Amino acid sequence: MTPFAQIGILNTIAPLFSIIGSGTLRLLGNFGAMAIFFSLAFVNIFRRKQLHEIINQIFYIGARSSLIVMLVGLFTGMVLGLQLFYTLVKFGSVGALGSAISLSLVREMGPVLTAIMIAARAGSGIAAEIGMLRISEQVDALYTMGVDPVRYLISPRIVAAIISFPLLTAFFDLIGIFGGYLTGVLLLGTNAGTYFYRVQSSLNMVDIRGGFVKSLIFGAIVSCICCFQGYFCHMRTDSYGARAVGLATVSAVVLSCVIILVADYVITSFLM
Amino acid sequence: METPLIEFKNVTKRFGEKTVLDKVNLNIYENRITTIIGKSGTGKSVLLKHIIGLLKPDEGTIIFQGKPVNKMNKGEWKACRSQIAYLFQNNALLDSMTVLDNVAFPLRQTTNFNRKEIEKRALKRIEELELTEATHKFPSELSGGMQKRVALARALVMDPKIVLFDEPTTGQDPIRKNMILSMITHYRRKLGFTAVMISHDIPDVFFISDRIIILWEGAVGFEGTYEEAVKLKLPMIDEFFRSLEGFQDELTGLLSREAFKVHYAAMLGGTATVAAVSAALFSVRLNLMHEALGPQAAIEVLRALGEYTNRRFNPIGGFSARHSRDEILTILPHTSIDEARQLVADFAQELKHEAIDRIQSITMAKVGADTSFDIYIRAGVTGVSSTDAVDQIIEKARAKQEIVATHRCNSGGKEQ
Repeated sequence: MTPFAQIGILNTIAPLFSIIGSGTLRLLGNFGAMAIFFSLAFVNIFRRKQLHEIINQIFYIGARSSLIVMLVGLFTGMVLGLQLFYTLVKFGSVGALGSAISLSLVREMGPVLTAIMIAARAGSGIAAEIGMLRISEQVDALYTMGVDPVRYLISPRIVAAIISFPLLTAFFDLIGIFGGYLTGVLLLGTNAGTYFYRVQSSLNMVDIRGGFVKSLIFGAIVSCICCFQGYFCHMRTDSYGARAVGLATVSAVVLSCVIILVADYVITSFLM
Repeated sequence: METPLIEFKNVTKRFGEKTVLDKVNLNIYENRITTIIGKSGTGKSVLLKHIIGLLKPDEGTIIFQGKPVNKMNKGEWKACRSQIAYLFQNNALLDSMTVLDNVAFPLRQTTNFNRKEIEKRALKRIEELELTEATHKFPSELSGGMQKRVALARALVMDPKIVLFDEPTTGQDPIRKNMILSMITHYRRKLGFTAVMISHDIPDVFFISDRIIILWEGAVGFEGTYEEAVKLKLPMIDEFFRSLEGFQDELTGLLSREAFKVHYAAMLGGTATVAAVSAALFSVRLNLMHEALGPQAAIEVLRALGEYTNRRFNPIGGFSARHSRDEILTILPHTSIDEARQLVADFAQELKHEAIDRIQSITMAKVGADTSFDIYIRAGVTGVSSTDAVDQIIEKARAKQEIVATHRCNSGGKEQ
């Protein structure tokens, strides 16, 4: 290939590298900013006068999400019961239904689906609320009153998420196992004793701890992403005002879901 | 020479390509009301946000109490900032909280007062700003004017040393505008804070301001007192004042000061035909009324005085304008001093029987059962010669002022 031809190829692919490069730098910059944001919020958790707001947020993120999480848990368990029953029947291992359901739920589906559900329900609310506070200058107003906005708005939400996620995951797992019982035992006729025996015998503390660790990390991730997106919605370059809040909310949910799945893979590979 | 409380030294702020503040130099002095005026988009709010640290300058330095802000450590800056309160243009009330919670919020978050004390202090401010009925309402349930007052209550609840007002009277009717300005002066006197205000409410804002700063295309076009600005006779400043002031005083319906000057000059231009000219200066003690009857009643008295002055003297060729917050100067062409005195005496009777009674219901609400308060209306009549400047006429009339009408506000209790 002649040098001229090589230059021609370079001219073609250079903009591509430029786009990839700038995108990567922006992404890394955002992650860096998010890490600093999380650290600041985390440090402020231990300041005075936080308890009341933390309890409020636990109610909002935790208690008010419990119904939807349990509903999803129930149907997830029921679907798992159906799918696994017909799969296990083929191998003559219907007795392992309890193990399959409980392990899938406790290790993977519980933490992941709970996190995604809370991201969709409470996370979107967090991003939108903080975004609205930002564009209506209420965040600035907090600053002018001598109240650190990160301490007042972000820290309680992060604590509340870290507390609520494992609890809701536990609810999800429990209700999911019960959902599996409804379809596997009551509908399809698997032996109830075998089902619960398998649940009990196959679940180890390691599995529960793994699920617990995941839900803690997901709690931190979801709350941090949602708060970050809302808090800095005024700095978006693609839109302004109410539209920026809307897009920040969408970004918060989408990014949370993606990062949950990526983080799930990474954590699982460490735990295995 | 007095040391400024806050100094801007070559402060420049850019947003992208646009330079909003361009090497701004200005001084803000302690215990004064400094008003910043300027056309929209000249960086007034940006300037104010630099004072409290919501924005940082790209170039230049802000010096607070003699120390550059960029050289302060976190604790020093926090201590400085805690002395400043900010009233946002759009109020920025916490919309998920009631009025009481909004006003009490800074106390709850930054002080160690117990719940009772916090509530007591917040309720006191709420009452002072005549918001008692709205105590448990949410901001969205209030009118724009009430929201503004809630924001003012919240800004003042911490007894700040410096209060930054970003267009505190925007969107208010003339009475409320004057009430808010009245409250600002009242609290400034009472609490002794330094006020920095952005406002376009001319002439009222000039009546209460100690200093004005005119922002012109991102830089300071003028800094000094209103009188200095007028004396300078710079075309830029004259044009700017005229564009803001208009022809009429919004509150009283009287002529604006600029329009008054034009009328007066026109009248003197035809002196040959005006045989005798007299002037009457009417005044009330707005500050005392504010203290005793509250801002609304005080402003209503002033408004009534303006309206009745217009009604009485306009048909006979007179023209009037407010020349300070609570002084109205009326020029009476073709009127000798004796005639003018008689006119003023008749007018005083009318005021006594009609105008002041109009505010009876407002004043009664403020005066307790066992106290009373007298509203005095003063008037001074003087002759005008063709060489007299407006300020001279005011001085002469002021020297001759006496009480011409009295209204006693009481609920039947003993007098004090």
